[in-house]
Amino acid sequence: MEQATSPTRQVEPFEPFEPRLTRIGAVDAVALEARAADLAKRSIKRGSKLEALDLIVRMIDLTTLEGADTPGKVAALCAKAVRPDPVDTSVPSVAAVCVYPTLAGEARRRLDGAPVHVASVATAFPSGQSPIALKAAEARAAVELGADEVDMVIDRGAFLSGRHAEVFDQIVKVREACAPAHLKVILETGELGTYDAVRRASLLAMAAGADFIKTSTGKISPAATLPVTLCMLEAIRDVHVETGRVVGMKPAGGIRHSKQAIQYLCVLHETLGRDWLTPQRFRFGASSLLNDVLMQIRSHKTGVYETPDRFTVD
Amino acid sequence: MTDIEPRTDGGLEWTYAPAPESRAIVSFEERYGLYVGGETVEPRSGEWFTSASPATEEPLAEVAQAGPEDVDLAVGAARAGYETWSGLRPSERAKYLFRIARILQERARELAVAESLDGGKPIKESRDVDLPLAAAHFFYHAGWADKLEYAFPNRRPRPLGVAAQIIPWNFPLLMLAWKVAPALACGNSVVLKPAETTPLTALLFADVCRQAELPPGAVNIITGDGSTGAELVRHTGIDKVAFTGSTEVGKAIQRELAGRGVPHTLELGGKAANIVFEDCALDQAIEGIVNGIYFNQGHVCCAGSRLLVQESILEPLLGKLRGRLSTLRLGDPLDKNTDIGAINSRAQLDRITELVESGQAEGAELYQPACELPERGYWFPPTVFTNVAQSFRIAQEEIFGPVLSVMTFRTPAEAVDKANNTAYGLSAGVWTEKGSRILWMAARLRAGVVWANTFNRFDPASPFGGYKESGFGREGGRHGLEAYLGFEG
Repeated sequence: MEQATSPTRQVEPFEPFEPRLTRIGAVDAVALEARAADLAKRSIKRGSKLEALDLIVRMIDLTTLEGADTPGKVAALCAKAVRPDPVDTSVPSVAAVCVYPTLAGEARRRLDGAPVHVASVATAFPSGQSPIALKAAEARAAVELGADEVDMVIDRGAFLSGRHAEVFDQIVKVREACAPAHLKVILETGELGTYDAVRRASLLAMAAGADFIKTSTGKISPAATLPVTLCMLEAIRDVHVETGRVVGMKPAGGIRHSKQAIQYLCVLHETLGRDWLTPQRFRFGASSLLNDVLMQIRSHKTGVYETPDRFTVD
Repeated sequence: MTDIEPRTDGGLEWTYAPAPESRAIVSFEERYGLYVGGETVEPRSGEWFTSASPATEEPLAEVAQAGPEDVDLAVGAARAGYETWSGLRPSERAKYLFRIARILQERARELAVAESLDGGKPIKESRDVDLPLAAAHFFYHAGWADKLEYAFPNRRPRPLGVAAQIIPWNFPLLMLAWKVAPALACGNSVVLKPAETTPLTALLFADVCRQAELPPGAVNIITGDGSTGAELVRHTGIDKVAFTGSTEVGKAIQRELAGRGVPHTLELGGKAANIVFEDCALDQAIEGIVNGIYFNQGHVCCAGSRLLVQESILEPLLGKLRGRLSTLRLGDPLDKNTDIGAINSRAQLDRITELVESGQAEGAELYQPACELPERGYWFPPTVFTNVAQSFRIAQEEIFGPVLSVMTFRTPAEAVDKANNTAYGLSAGVWTEKGSRILWMAARLRAGVVWANTFNRFDPASPFGGYKESGFGREGGRHGLEAYLGFEG
């Protein structure tokens, strides 16, 4: 039978959508965790270790997110951020100081002229359970107070009830509200339940305009883990390969020791390569990690482990 | 506000400093005789050969070349040992097996370093796979030793006698464990011949037996080349043959045993298909592909050497695979960061090279990541062939090296047809998120093991063995015990 055709209909040559949508796909938990465990066994010694430790310092978002935070506490943290080890001036400054919005102004004043950014959490951190207008306004306020970077949380309630478009729209709104500050989107992976959900949320956040995706608020356990970080890095890699877009990664919470942080660097190095081994593309959300790294650097240079009392508590 | 635009100079160029495992923990003797009747004896043959490190070609130790007279003595010692060993209470046999398992764990680092030195495999594999699994096999079979009546109810299991066991060079100590542990658990004595290129951990195992105070003659270890193995199989004093190795040698053994009534199990070659569906967890499938073919330099009988990819995801999969290959670290087997070690021998390297050349000549497209090979020793870079036709030699013959042949399929039925279209049938892998498809495939794949969303996983409780020219008989689990027992019922 002859097919009816309309003489006016024209066949358009197929053009792929630009930017292309990344295949969402699936994540196999067992194999993902096995790969992360395998990478955690890399043995980093001597010069490689010192390079890693130096980079880790430069990647730290030195964080305080307590109800009891005060300008005094933030001032001390900022001083530490600029010069982490007063004895050894070759130790670089950290990447940023991360605080609540009300303290962003104090951090801004303390860090003026320093190579350290001000990052502020926003959007009803840590739960995100607040009307979007307020969340956007909070993000805007954080930037007006001096934040270079905004760490927002996604609405897990919306995500887990299947309202993915709503999560997407909220990120877009916060993105608009906080421009031109860099936007880090916290997925709170400890509440998402599966790696499939983590991957989906990662792709969604990147599509909505996240500059960084971040694991956790630090208020929920588990916070950052090696496998969840690997899962998110793989999503970042897919977006980069398919669209060319560069997105950064920030594991946060629970990373307290140099050895752990080096494992994260190995996972990063062998997933995204050297282009991501920079604070522009990778951060550690941490507080106590810094002193452990400083102790390691000192012991590497002097050959002795010094007492923790020789490293400032801020 | 500070400038926070991405830098254009890229990130830190980070290299890993060498992190070698200390080899001081192993001290090889200059010369190893044969382990016969609980004693180390000089070979009657008067001949010796050298075992060298394939990574450096450095000689490690001299080893006896057992001749016919030596084989005869070993079988005689095993016969005497059988009388003692099979007469022990089963719970007493279990005690020795538990002892051996624990000693293997205690000496794991030493044995892992020895394994990597003599065989060229990366220390992370000998440390994390070979040694833990070898100990696990002894623990597992120790548990069965006094429960055989319950494993085979109403069949009155009894030992067979003297088991002649010939093992390959790819997992020297692990294959020893696969063979020796069930044989001893079932009450048999053993004459074991390790491979010519990797005899040293078996000889260290002789010391483990001594340390465990195993009754003399229960385990006898004779070294030598293929002629020693042939002599052992020819010997009329043996009651069972267990062989793992090439299909060619397996066939020769079967010819020799024809009509002799000696039960035998053969675990031979393979050309496994790793089948990747479009709905799989892709990044993890890539890990499975890499593990499937580059684990132990591809010196694995069940290696996933044929990659069957659903055509719709071929390009993204190959892109990811190439990226992943570029992160593989080839070099010093003792370095804890090494992913790919040395090829086991000159002969094997020649065979791999010859088959890879045939692949290029037949028109397949070769990909190898930029990879510096050490000057000394035997090395081959991880290799991927695309545009491979089912008829090419690299799609049909076992290469036993780090060489992957990629082919495509369109439907599950086509995947099954192509996967089964080989003389072998040892293993297969299926990668899909769809549970029903895994079961559908597993029912149709003619392979002894079908892995779903994983590859190269082993467990002492899980029987392992082949279809077709991959051999017969099973090792591990209850099925594996059966091969070392006779039955009255």
